[in-house]
Amino acid sequence: MDQLLQHTLNALILGGTYALLGIGLTLIFGIMRVVNFTHGELYAFGAYMMYLWVMLAGMNFYLALLLAVALGVLLGGAIELVLLRRLKDADIDTTMLVMIGAWIALQNLEQFTWSGVAKSITTPFPAAPLVMGPISVSWNRLFVFVVASVLIVATYALINRSKLGKAMRATFQDRETAALMGVAIDRIHTATFALGSGLAAAAGALLGPVFVAYPSMGDLASLKAFAIVILGGLGSIPGATAGGFILAFMEELGAGYISSGFRDGMGFLLIIVILIVKPTGLFARRERIG
Amino acid sequence: MSPPGTADLAVDRLTIRFGGLTAVDDMSFQVLRGEVLALIGPNGAGKTTAFNAITGYLAPAAGSIVYRGTRLNGLKPNQIAELGVVRTFQKTNVFAGLSVLDNVLVGLHLRATQEPWAILLGAASVAREERALAAQALEILHFIGLGARAGQLAASLPYGELRLLEVAIALAAKPRLLLLDEPVCGLNPAETANFMRLLARIRALDITVLLVEHDMKMVMGVSDRIVCLNQGRIIADGTPAEIRNHAEVVRAYLGTQRHG
Amino acid sequence: MRHAATVVLLAALISVPLWMSNLYVLHILIMTGIFIIAAMSLNLLLGFTGQLSLGHVAFFGIGAYASSLVSLGFEVHLLPTWQVGLAAKPVWLAMLTGILLAGLCGWVIGRVSFKVRGAYFVIVTVSFAEVVRLVALNWVELTQGPMALNNIPVLRLGIPGSFEFAFLRKPANYYLVLAVGALAYLLIRRLVYSRAGRAMIALRENEALAASVGIDVTRYLVLATFLAAGIAGAAGALYAHYVRIVDPEVFSFIYTVTMVIMVITGGKGTLAGPLVGGLIFGLLPEVLRAFSIPPEIQWVIYGALMILIVYFLPEGIVPALSRWWHGRRPQDDPPALAVKSEAAP
Repeated sequence: MDQLLQHTLNALILGGTYALLGIGLTLIFGIMRVVNFTHGELYAFGAYMMYLWVMLAGMNFYLALLLAVALGVLLGGAIELVLLRRLKDADIDTTMLVMIGAWIALQNLEQFTWSGVAKSITTPFPAAPLVMGPISVSWNRLFVFVVASVLIVATYALINRSKLGKAMRATFQDRETAALMGVAIDRIHTATFALGSGLAAAAGALLGPVFVAYPSMGDLASLKAFAIVILGGLGSIPGATAGGFILAFMEELGAGYISSGFRDGMGFLLIIVILIVKPTGLFARRERIG
Repeated sequence: MSPPGTADLAVDRLTIRFGGLTAVDDMSFQVLRGEVLALIGPNGAGKTTAFNAITGYLAPAAGSIVYRGTRLNGLKPNQIAELGVVRTFQKTNVFAGLSVLDNVLVGLHLRATQEPWAILLGAASVAREERALAAQALEILHFIGLGARAGQLAASLPYGELRLLEVAIALAAKPRLLLLDEPVCGLNPAETANFMRLLARIRALDITVLLVEHDMKMVMGVSDRIVCLNQGRIIADGTPAEIRNHAEVVRAYLGTQRHG
Repeated sequence: MRHAATVVLLAALISVPLWMSNLYVLHILIMTGIFIIAAMSLNLLLGFTGQLSLGHVAFFGIGAYASSLVSLGFEVHLLPTWQVGLAAKPVWLAMLTGILLAGLCGWVIGRVSFKVRGAYFVIVTVSFAEVVRLVALNWVELTQGPMALNNIPVLRLGIPGSFEFAFLRKPANYYLVLAVGALAYLLIRRLVYSRAGRAMIALRENEALAASVGIDVTRYLVLATFLAAGIAGAAGALYAHYVRIVDPEVFSFIYTVTMVIMVITGGKGTLAGPLVGGLIFGLLPEVLRAFSIPPEIQWVIYGALMILIVYFLPEGIVPALSRWWHGRRPQDDPPALAVKSEAAP
């Protein structure tokens, strides 16, 4: 029973960051219909930015976190502007191929810059975990959970309450009508991609100090993000949030009770099963975001 | 008076719903063998929706569709085509990236019989059939009037010829019932007149035609019978003469406008 | 004209081991050839049928592992009390098994794909490849996991006991790969210029229209994936019995990416595309290595190249070259599917 509680706690914490990853991708995949292979690279980017600013530049941890996310947003916007603008009306295959090219280039740039050796990032939190009866949690992970939750709520608020969010939702529902109503579709796309990328970078910046940063960390993150998006339904933020937690639970329980080797495999099995059984996802309402 | 004959297509109490909207409501009509039947009605009356249901692209909520004794409900579009029911589409629909000849060759799919294993083995029968198919395709193109365009890229054809190509592709599939969805939409009077002559040639091949059209002059000129829809329901069914003066049709569709 | 060019090319290819004394170059050519076969198979699925399958390396790997395991023999416990085993079989039989098994997996994926299209299909295929990789990595009893399958026997043809030829040395393997490659090319070519091939292309171009003229979408999707997977499996089997070591890295996504790059840059949906793309991306790493460019930067270059090709030569190199050679505008030069000489008006 204690083990179960511990697993549950771990899953909750991991789920928060997974949710960030998933929400970021569901926005991009849902609004722009772009199979974003660079999503994982933004995740890795966030982690490496933490390494850069905290370990190499000696910056304050919290400041570095803010900076990492901000840079992630900027990088996402840049990718959209440089690579995707031209492909506005291209079919999904073409954009996918461009994203694959960008992914390869980005990951190898990262590998070239930082070398393949995993980098650890020190945190300002005490090393000793917080013990609450039978379960324990490190301060670091607690911090991650809190920040992830804040970001999820903030994103939700942005999408559902703000003007930008309204424009995003309109673009998602019906691009032509939105354009007719005066929505600057191009800018919405850039903003969406930047926002989604920022969330991925945030997830990486949060988890980087928890684990380590290594160049191919983005690959698994990408695939898990897709699993979450499919699980939750394209374009559904509550779906992506729930999906993130569900995946984390399945991973934790699978690793704990079946085999740790298949931990990462859970995500893929999940994708395959869901797509065969209910392709629209668990929470998909008919084409909407928010 | 409807010509005496067997019913090729029997649509009975067809109902199609999209969410809360009833697009087709309890529609019943028949298409008799060898005739040209036109479905008319204002936009949104449910004509193309009915087509989609008949040819398997949509599942009806209720009702049955029977073609020469075979129930079409639940069959896939390609299975319905195998039975001899072939349609064209409202929006121009060709294989844009292929040549005109290849477009028709694809349409000849059902007329060819070569199995994959024979193809891979390079059997002589495959080569023979390919030659026969190419000849057939050219024949169809000449019948339609596009013979000169055979080698050209389909996407480069002017609009009027594209619509002809669509019919060529459909004819290649050896239909016994041909469903044409607004075939002269966007065509100029000369092209429309040409199409009416083409329709006469198609009739001569013993092909039954179900037609959706807005161009009343053309409809009056080619149809044996007309069925008029409004808001998903049939409001009139009869010969062109009967329809022309039908009060409800005039009200719902023709309105105060005079169509040639 | 076309036949003459093909004959010349084949003759040139056949002659290579006769004058190429550098075994390393021969090795590169063999590996490139294997990848070209895999790329051709992906082209069938991606280029001709328009299905963006990004799990293609799974079929390559399944072919490699299946062929290796059948030729080595294996014994596994499916349950603690239930043991299943197979004695070592001749390599030619193992290879056929590999091809069939890969094809079977392709058949399954094809059936699944009917329900799941577009971007979702991409994700299913990628996930499938990852699951297979994880199985290969973790089912140590069967696959030796990361410790790899070693000492895989080479192909032997002939009558055992009297005359037998072993494909041990590089020139022999070169000819083997060339033969299989030529066969694969021939099969694909026959398929494309046939009713089945037209059906697949029609699926890619306009599925609704294809269905309306009687083309069974599922049937041809499944046929395409079955054949593509089988040919990829053949490439995998060739790889296994040439390199003679197979580990789970053979399922790496990077190989799928390599094949995709080869097909896209060469020209998807053309017969020559994978050949050109395969040659370029098979030989390019060696050229770059000669200039001491680190492997990561190589990949950055590939990624950038892929993006540039998608922007400026979206149809790939072969169609662009073909147009330039014939000096024609795009609309005059559609990809002809019909039997050329008879159909020309």
